Amino acid sequence: MKKENGLKQGLGIHTRRTIAYVTLTIITFFCLFWFYVLFINATRSNGELQSGFTFIPSSHLLENWENLVTGTIPVWSGLINSLIVSTCSAALSVYFSTMTAYAIHAYDFKFKQQIFAFILMIMMIPTQVTALGFIKLVSNLKLEDSFIPLIVPTIAAPITFFYMKQYMDSTLPLSLIEAARIDGSGEIRTFNSIVLPLMKPAIAVQAIFTFVSSWNNYFTPALILHDEKKKTLPILIAQLRSADWLKFDMGQVYVMIAFSIFPIIIVYLLLSKHIVAGVALGSVKG
Amino acid sequence: MKKRSKAVRYNKWGYIFLIPFFLVYIVFQLIPLFTTIYNSFFENYRSGLTQIGPNFVGLENYKTLFSGGDIWQYAKNTMVMWLMCFIPQILLSLILGAWFSDVRLRLKGSRFFKTAIYLPNLIMASAFSMLFFTLFSEGGPINSLLLQIGLIDEPFKFFSHVWSSRSLIAFMNLLMWFGNTTILLMAGMMGIDTSLFEAAEVDGATSTQTFFKITLPLLRPILVYVMVTSLIGGLQMFDVPQILTDGSGEPMRSTMTLIMFLNKHLYSKNYGMAGALSVILFIITAILSLVVFKVTGNDKRKA
Repeated sequence: MKKENGLKQGLGIHTRRTIAYVTLTIITFFCLFWFYVLFINATRSNGELQSGFTFIPSSHLLENWENLVTGTIPVWSGLINSLIVSTCSAALSVYFSTMTAYAIHAYDFKFKQQIFAFILMIMMIPTQVTALGFIKLVSNLKLEDSFIPLIVPTIAAPITFFYMKQYMDSTLPLSLIEAARIDGSGEIRTFNSIVLPLMKPAIAVQAIFTFVSSWNNYFTPALILHDEKKKTLPILIAQLRSADWLKFDMGQVYVMIAFSIFPIIIVYLLLSKHIVAGVALGSVKG
Repeated sequence: MKKRSKAVRYNKWGYIFLIPFFLVYIVFQLIPLFTTIYNSFFENYRSGLTQIGPNFVGLENYKTLFSGGDIWQYAKNTMVMWLMCFIPQILLSLILGAWFSDVRLRLKGSRFFKTAIYLPNLIMASAFSMLFFTLFSEGGPINSLLLQIGLIDEPFKFFSHVWSSRSLIAFMNLLMWFGNTTILLMAGMMGIDTSLFEAAEVDGATSTQTFFKITLPLLRPILVYVMVTSLIGGLQMFDVPQILTDGSGEPMRSTMTLIMFLNKHLYSKNYGMAGALSVILFIITAILSLVVFKVTGNDKRKA
């Protein structure tokens, strides 16, 4: 009976399942292969790397790492700078985006709908198109080589705002806020001690996204940070590319790339369940 | 009466909570936008050691920009590479999304697959490009792998041919974005009323028919959303070709994108031309944003 049904539906369910598994396996291979090669090559010495490719890791990871950190590239300061910028961006962005979403969600005021529509309209405008005015502003304010122009603008993050608004619509009842008011809680206190804790899951997801996009950002930091000691990891990678790289110890190059990629991969693998669910939630509804 | 005034008293907090967003938006986005537009009407660059301008020249920068020919070449490059990435991406994502959301198929380990395909999206584009540059270089692992298998007799110069350079850039963007698109489409497909699928099954529709007759038409708003946002993203293509070609857009400027062009003007401090180019890009992205807003905006405000 079941089999007949399967035949009637064009390809049988088992055939379709097999095709799906094979295709997914091939695609997964193409997604992960590069990172495996990166890992292998980061463990091999320059000499070994010149002699061809192999799938077996070697034992020079620590040696390559030693060479890298004692070399000319300011890896440590790059790491610390990237961490500072990304952490502060994530913290400020989620806090103030939640606040903006709360303003639209919990209050009724004139032009609320227009303000909401405006934020949605500017959501897709890329920052690159205002980069010229931005660097002029930064130089007028004497903020070159400072992290402020990289961190503060994330307060106005329409995409994070929209996500928070969606989440509030589904989880934050207005009656709760009413109850807090009756208990005599001020509006700021209500926001900080009742709304924020309830938003924790959404805050965590968006904090990760903001952290990652800030960690990976290359265009804007490259225009603002010129001092070697202030540069973030993506700029250092770009410098590696413009340097006469053939003279380089390739083991070091691979370790440097691995160093900027693997922390994110590890964090992602730990939290992947929430992140993948978060992507879907942030999208439009069908 | 009393209640109403109380509500009004609370509602002023709506404005107060909006202050940080708008203050930052105005300072770091809106004012820069006006400065950018303003600068596009001035001649302002360095020629050797002498600074020319700023002198008001009206629309002269725009004229130079469009008559130069470079912008058309770079716009073409950007679009070609975007299409090379987008077409396979949307096909792949539709198939994968359909599989993931198909209850009859009951794929095991779909969480693992979703995790794997989304992973490249979070990778630092500049590091990923540097990785591809080393992997595909003349003496790199890919060439030695191909030599070892015996597919080629001498190292292939991936970065010396127009098609292979463009393909690599498109391929990297594909890897980085198809997971994201798959999850969006999957979410859309799961939102479709399952009774429609059941009805189709009862009527004896094959899964191919169900896909084309039910899933695809109902998915149209999301497809438009995905396409337009991907186009906006495509216009911003920068990190990958910039690092891969070290900002040169080689071979023969075939991989130079619009934002790389903008970046070049910003570095050489040719603010007039950078301004004009920014304004053009702003207008295009603003129109596209409006399309996204029209397609999804009503739905969003209801939500």
